[in-house]
Amino acid sequence: MEMVTVTIDGVETQVPSDYTVLKAAQKAGVHIPTLCYLKDINQIGACRVCLVEIDRARGLQASCVYPVSEGLKIHTHTPAVLEARKAVVELLLSNHPQDCLTCIRNTTCELQALAQQMGIDHVRFTGERKEYPIDFSSPSVQRDASKCILCRRCVAVCNQVQNVGVLGLINRGFESIVGPAFHRGLGEVNCTNCGQCINVCPVGALKEVDHTERVWKALADPSKHVIVQTAPSIRAGLGEEFGLPIGTPVTGKMVAALRRLGFAKVFDTDFTADLTIMEEGNELLHRIGTGGKLPLITSCSPGWVKFCEHNYPDFIENLSSAKSPQAMFGALAKTYYAENNNIDPATIYSVSAMPCTAKKFECARPEMEASGYPDVDAVITTRELARMIKKAGIDFLNLPDEDFDKSMGASTGAGVIFGATGGVMEAALRTVYEVISGETLQNVEFNAVRGMEGIKEAAVNIPGFGEVRVAVAHGLQNAADLLDRIRSGEGDYHFIEIMACPGGCVGGGGQPIVSGPMRLTLPEDYQALRHKAIYTVDRDKTLRKSHENPEVIEIYEKYLGKPLGEKSHHLLHTKYTKRPKYSVEIPDQPEK
Amino acid sequence: MSCQCGSASKDERFVKIDQILDQNGRDESFLIQNLEQIQHILGYLPEDVQAYLAEAMGIPLSKVYGVVTFYSLFTTEPIGKHKISICLGTACYVKGAGEILAEFEKQLKIKVGETTPDGRFTLTACRCLGACGLAPVLNVNGKVFGRLTTDDIAGILAQFE
Ligand code: SF4
Ligand code: SF4
Ligand code: SF4
Ligand code: FES
Repeated sequence: MEMVTVTIDGVETQVPSDYTVLKAAQKAGVHIPTLCYLKDINQIGACRVCLVEIDRARGLQASCVYPVSEGLKIHTHTPAVLEARKAVVELLLSNHPQDCLTCIRNTTCELQALAQQMGIDHVRFTGERKEYPIDFSSPSVQRDASKCILCRRCVAVCNQVQNVGVLGLINRGFESIVGPAFHRGLGEVNCTNCGQCINVCPVGALKEVDHTERVWKALADPSKHVIVQTAPSIRAGLGEEFGLPIGTPVTGKMVAALRRLGFAKVFDTDFTADLTIMEEGNELLHRIGTGGKLPLITSCSPGWVKFCEHNYPDFIENLSSAKSPQAMFGALAKTYYAENNNIDPATIYSVSAMPCTAKKFECARPEMEASGYPDVDAVITTRELARMIKKAGIDFLNLPDEDFDKSMGASTGAGVIFGATGGVMEAALRTVYEVISGETLQNVEFNAVRGMEGIKEAAVNIPGFGEVRVAVAHGLQNAADLLDRIRSGEGDYHFIEIMACPGGCVGGGGQPIVSGPMRLTLPEDYQALRHKAIYTVDRDKTLRKSHENPEVIEIYEKYLGKPLGEKSHHLLHTKYTKRPKYSVEIPDQPEK
Repeated sequence: MSCQCGSASKDERFVKIDQILDQNGRDESFLIQNLEQIQHILGYLPEDVQAYLAEAMGIPLSKVYGVVTFYSLFTTEPIGKHKISICLGTACYVKGAGEILAEFEKQLKIKVGETTPDGRFTLTACRCLGACGLAPVLNVNGKVFGRLTTDDIAGILAQFE
């Protein structure tokens, strides 16, 4: 890339010619405040918080969209700039409920941070204030449009990253509001519950539907036996909520914290991730052997499953009938675990800690009562778990490292990497390879399916079978691209892994929020940093293949029989439903 | 949701929309043009029409709705055969336009902004018609009526079938 010389606040610096002024300043160590801008996602120059003065240009310019050019002279903190930015933020505040004390984003809100940084001690403007009812319709995402500052970061992520497009800008001027078409609730449209919109919202306009209250209540109820399962990605994200650098694994402290919160047993969803591999891997072999529907597509990401049901119903038959690890765990907690330990399943309260808001929806699906009870009673996200730990006054960073409880707590590296895009595929390959070939896999790491590339492909030669062709997509836009390719007859795969969230579960909609300014300073995508935690845990495990998990072997011997057997079928497999794409009925399009 | 009844009985509105789309094109750049022509034929843009258009053009419904609500020329409510615009400008208001409006609402059994179920009248309010000398004033389909009292209203309505 060609370089140009620009002067920022009197200091000359060289930057690539395709940079914006904001990026150039960032590189030069000069911090320009931003609000609507979100690296790689939203660059629309809407909020004007990032104003700067540029010698050649008339008026102040939005640095997040202003391209650099040779000789550009930029001033980032003249009195005019500072005053204009302050006025912009004050105007936002004048139409904003200043409920910081009771707001979910208090101390993590980007608007609040700006007000503080700009030294706003009162708001000079007063005017009419927009008030909207809170949208409680979704099982996963709660939307409070009164707090929305119309930055459209959620619109960008929902449309461009997720290809769902339920969020849009409605009306104009003072009447503007961000939300679904026809002012429907998020629960009434084809929202996937992925929660990516929450992760990009700079303020408290979007948040997860709270389940902590019901968990506190259960924990305080002596008649309840409260157990918890923790998804692989939680351990890779939770530390951030306590100030640790992104990508620090905190498995042991997480287990210790959960015990101190009062859970009777702390189990690992990785155990059922291994079980998922056993069921799904065998399903793959079965489908290949019997000429069943291929490619087989993973079904552990409930955001992806709902996306498929709404938008790609022609692929429902391709979805693996294996339940997600959370769902399998739920079904076994009130059957296998209850029977083994002589506990009345009616008294078991089963909580899952997940990186995912869509899991709140999944646990409410009607097929989630295989045990005869609600398989999972509450789903808390990584953020909610952190809030509970803080509320209980637990000194997280100084906790000892503790181990999961036995019987549903053993896991392998294969179960752990479920949290990263490509991880389910890699875990499946580790098992399928050995089951088909009867040989021991020498190098268990399949690098072709790792990493942040949107769509990854690989062909693996398995002795005794031949080539197994696989593909991996993360983020629903990539998923849609891959499915479109397959629809048009391109791409002939046996097995596909799809996760709704960019980066896989580590980037889930329930994970710690990485703010806009923070994203600008990171050396890599935050998801890639969290992958490192996941792969470190995998590397440090002695057992790295699902079929070697001793508790998995035990549950098949003592309880389930064999993969795809009758009991498995009843407890561990499920069905999917075609869902409408629109909230109104429309006729078919004419034949092309 | 798609209907299962087959295209033979496809609602006539959608057949017309198909024709417009065949003529103009389904690319996103034709969105406004397509909406304008559909509204021209149907009189307004109901929800199912917007969703059908979104599907046909391969763009998110939220975007179609965003455009429809951004431009004041688009309407999502049916417009009656006769459009009553009551001036609520200062002069008219002072001279009792509020009561006039209330009387229309009472007689037509609709609120301002709505259309009677038989599609005969749409009731709207507007800012200054530039006929303050005649306040309070209104216009029906462009015809101006001035110096109104609530007693005039039944007579005005009777003039429009
Ligand atoms: S969104 Fe931010 S500024 Fe608004 S009330 Fe919440 S914390 Fe305060
Ligand atoms: S949860 Fe996902 S699909 Fe739903 S509105 Fe948010 S980004 Fe869009
Ligand atoms: S909901 Fe949040 S992300 Fe979306 S436009 Fe409003 S403030 Fe921005
Ligand atoms: S205009 Fe640049 S951050 Fe909003």
